[in-house]
Amino acid sequence: MSMKTVFKKTTGLTDNPTHYCPGCTHGIIHRLVGEVLEEMDILEETIGVASVGCSVLSYEYFNCDMTQAAHGRAPAVATGVKRVLPDRFVFTYQGDGDLASIGISEVIHAAARGEKITVIFVNNAIYGMTGGQMAPTTLIGQKTATTPFGRDESIQGLPIKVCEMLSTLDGAAYIERVSAHDVQHIQKAKRAIRRAFETQKKGLGFSMVEILSTCPTNWGLDPYESLEWIKDNMIPAYPLGVYKNKEGAE
Amino acid sequence: MLEEIIIAGFGGQGVMSMGQLIAYAGMLEGKGVSWLPSYGPEQRGGTANCAVVVSDEPVGSPLVTNPSTAIVLNNPSFEKFEPLVRPGGILMINSSLVTRASNRSDIEIIELTATDMAADLGNAKVANMILLGAFIELTKVVSCDSIIESLKKVLSEEKHHLIEVNKQALNKGLSLVKTA
Amino acid sequence: MGKVLMKGNEVIAEAAVQAGCKYFFGYPITPQSELVAYMARRLPEVGGLFLQAESEIAAINMVYGAAGTGVRVMTSSSSPGFSLKQEGISYLVGSELPAVVVNIVRGGPGLGNIQPAQSDYFQVTKGGGHGDYNIPVLAPASLQEIVELTNEAFDIADRYRTPVILMGDGMLGQMMEPVEFGERTHSELPEKNWATTGTRGDGPRRIITSLELNAQSLETRNAALQKKFARIKENEVRYETYQTDDADYIMVAFGTVARITMNAISKARQEGIKVGLIRPISLWPFPEKPFLETRDVVKGYISVEMSAGQMVEDVRLAVNGHAEVDFYGRTGGVVPTQEEIYQKILSVAGGSRYEHENSF
Repeated sequence: MSMKTVFKKTTGLTDNPTHYCPGCTHGIIHRLVGEVLEEMDILEETIGVASVGCSVLSYEYFNCDMTQAAHGRAPAVATGVKRVLPDRFVFTYQGDGDLASIGISEVIHAAARGEKITVIFVNNAIYGMTGGQMAPTTLIGQKTATTPFGRDESIQGLPIKVCEMLSTLDGAAYIERVSAHDVQHIQKAKRAIRRAFETQKKGLGFSMVEILSTCPTNWGLDPYESLEWIKDNMIPAYPLGVYKNKEGAE
Repeated sequence: MLEEIIIAGFGGQGVMSMGQLIAYAGMLEGKGVSWLPSYGPEQRGGTANCAVVVSDEPVGSPLVTNPSTAIVLNNPSFEKFEPLVRPGGILMINSSLVTRASNRSDIEIIELTATDMAADLGNAKVANMILLGAFIELTKVVSCDSIIESLKKVLSEEKHHLIEVNKQALNKGLSLVKTA
Repeated sequence: MGKVLMKGNEVIAEAAVQAGCKYFFGYPITPQSELVAYMARRLPEVGGLFLQAESEIAAINMVYGAAGTGVRVMTSSSSPGFSLKQEGISYLVGSELPAVVVNIVRGGPGLGNIQPAQSDYFQVTKGGGHGDYNIPVLAPASLQEIVELTNEAFDIADRYRTPVILMGDGMLGQMMEPVEFGERTHSELPEKNWATTGTRGDGPRRIITSLELNAQSLETRNAALQKKFARIKENEVRYETYQTDDADYIMVAFGTVARITMNAISKARQEGIKVGLIRPISLWPFPEKPFLETRDVVKGYISVEMSAGQMVEDVRLAVNGHAEVDFYGRTGGVVPTQEEIYQKILSVAGGSRYEHENSF
C-alpha cells in the first residue's frame, strides 16, 4: 500500500514544539515565515533576530542561524548583522510591546536608513508574556491588566499605527498589514511576507509586514472568539493593505 | 629642559594651533611633548587655552598648573593666568588687546602689540605667530626651522600659500626680542 | 611610519583600525567625538563601515549584531552614553560576544559635565549592567600605551569571547602626544566557530543567546562564565610599578592621574620622602600581586583618583588590613594637581618622617 504525502511541515522550522498558548496565531506566523524561507531557498543564508516577549524563544523554532536581541533592539542588532553580511537575509521577529513601545526608536531609524532587513511585526494589541498589560497598539476601550477600566484616550493616549507611520519614511520599501484570522487572510499574509523578503533580496530597502494576531489567554476569549475579535475590533482600527511598495507593483 | 607653557585667548586667535606647532616642532626635534586643550563650550567664543609641555625626558603630567611661560592674547586670559606663572617664569602679553599691566615683579614680562603688528603685515590673524616667534627666541624651546617645518605639516596643502606670511610674522616676533 | 602627533581619541580609533576593527557603530558625545569622526573618515578607506546610530542603545546593539557574525567591532562613548550601553554590554557578556567598548569618562553623576573624571570605575569594574559578571578593563596612561592596549583589547575580546572596556578620561581623549604605530603583535586566537553567518557551508545552525529559562541550566552557564573570569584573572593582569623598591609609601593611581602622581613623587623624592607608585593598567582584573609583595613592608598606600574614592576599595581589599590606606581625590571634572598630590604625600608621609627624625 502506497501512501502519498499531502502535507509536510516546512523545513524552515525546527522540530521543537512551540510554547505558544492554544489559539495563539504566533505558530501560524512562524510557519508562514519558515515556508517563505524554504520556498525562496534562503534558509542557509538567513540570520534571524529574536526579540523579547512571547516570541523570545523563536530562535528555537526558526531553522536557521538565530541571534537573540535585547528588548526592543532587534532592528539595531539586525542592522549590525546585515551591515557586516550584506549578501545574507536578515529578519527580526517582534511583538507589539517590543517593536512599538520600547523599540519604536530602533525600528523607525532602521526604516529611515533603509536597512535592507525584513521585520515581522506581530500585533495582538497586548503584552502577552508579562501577563496582559497595555501595549502601544491596545485599542481604545480595551481592558488590560494596566487599563482595567479600558484604554482611555485622555489617560493612555491613542494607539500607534505602525504601518501608517513607517510608510511615511523614504527608506521604507515595502510595508503591508495583514491578518492571521482566517485561511484567506493567512494566505495573503504569506504572500506579504514573501514580498517583504523579495524586497530585501532586491536590495530596495526596509521591509515590514505587520500581522494582526490573537492573544486568547490575555484577551480572555476562546480561540474562535479571538479570531472573530481580530475581524471585528482590530481590523477596523488597523486597516489591512499595502502601505508602501517602492516597486509600485501591487 | 622642562618647559610648561600655557597659551590662552579667544577662540579664533589661533592659540590651539600655536600650541600644536610647539608640540609638533618639539617632536621633530626628538623631545618629549604633550598638548592638552581646554575643551567644551568655552571653545565657542569664550576663552580657550592649551597646555604644552616640552621636555628632554618623556612627558610626565600633561597638566600645567603653574606655567613656566604663559602667553595671553586677551584680557580674560590675562586675568586667569597672570597669577599662575611660576616665579622666574615668563608672561607674554598681546598688549594690543590686553589693557591691564602686570604688577608682578618676580616674573619676566614681555608686552607686544601683536595684533597691530600682524595687521601691519597684512593679516591680523598671524598675531599668534608674532608671539610664537618671540617665545621661541626667548626660551629656545624649539628652533624656528622646526616651527616652519611643522607649519608645512600642520597646514593642509591648500593653505600652504599662508606659510610665507606666517614666516614673516615669526621673524617679526623673533627680531623684537632678539637680545644678543 | 615614524612618530605622529595625534589626539588620544584619534589614536584609539587608528589603533583599532590597525588591530583589524572594520566596523564601528557610535553616537557623538563629548569628550570622545573625535573618535567617532575619525572612524567615519577612516573606515571606508579599509573597506570597513562606520554607522552613526540613533542612540547609544542602538549603537551597542548594532555592535551585538556585528559581533555575532565574528568580525572585530567597536563602539565608544562617554559616561552618560556609556550608562546607556550597559544593557547591551550585559547581553554581550551573556551571549559571549567579543567587542571593544571605549569609555572616555567625564564628570558625573547625571549630565555632569564634559571635564575629565574617573568616576565610572565602579561601573566598569564591578559589572555595570545586570547579572553576575566582570569585564576586562584596560586603562592606558599615555597615547603610546593606547596603541598597545587597543590591540590587546581586541585580542583579549577574541580570546575569551568577551566585551573589553578601554577606559580613559577626557584629558587622555583630548590631549596630543607623539605616537608610533609599530608592527602589531599577533597572538594565537581561537577560531570563531560560533558566529552566525548563515548555515551555508558551515554546518548546523547556530544560536547566539543569553536566555536560559531553566534555573539549573543558567547556573551551569554562569559557573562556566565564572570559570572564564577566573582564567582572565589568572592571565590578563597588567600593571606597572615605579620606585616601589625602597618606598615607605606607595601611591596608587591609574590613567592620566598616574602621570600627575609621578610628578608629585619626583618632587617628594627630591625632598627625601621615599614614595613609589603602583599603576594598575588592567582595572579588572585588579592587580593584587604588587600589593601582596609590598603590604608588609610599606607604611601605607595612598590612592589618588578623579573620583570620590572608588579604586581605593580595591586597594583596601588587596592590602587587607596589612597597612594604612589613604585616599586623595577630586571630583566633578577637577583634575588633581601635582602640588595637591604632593601636599597629600606630605600630610601622610611627612608626619611619620618627622616622627622618625625625632625619635631616638
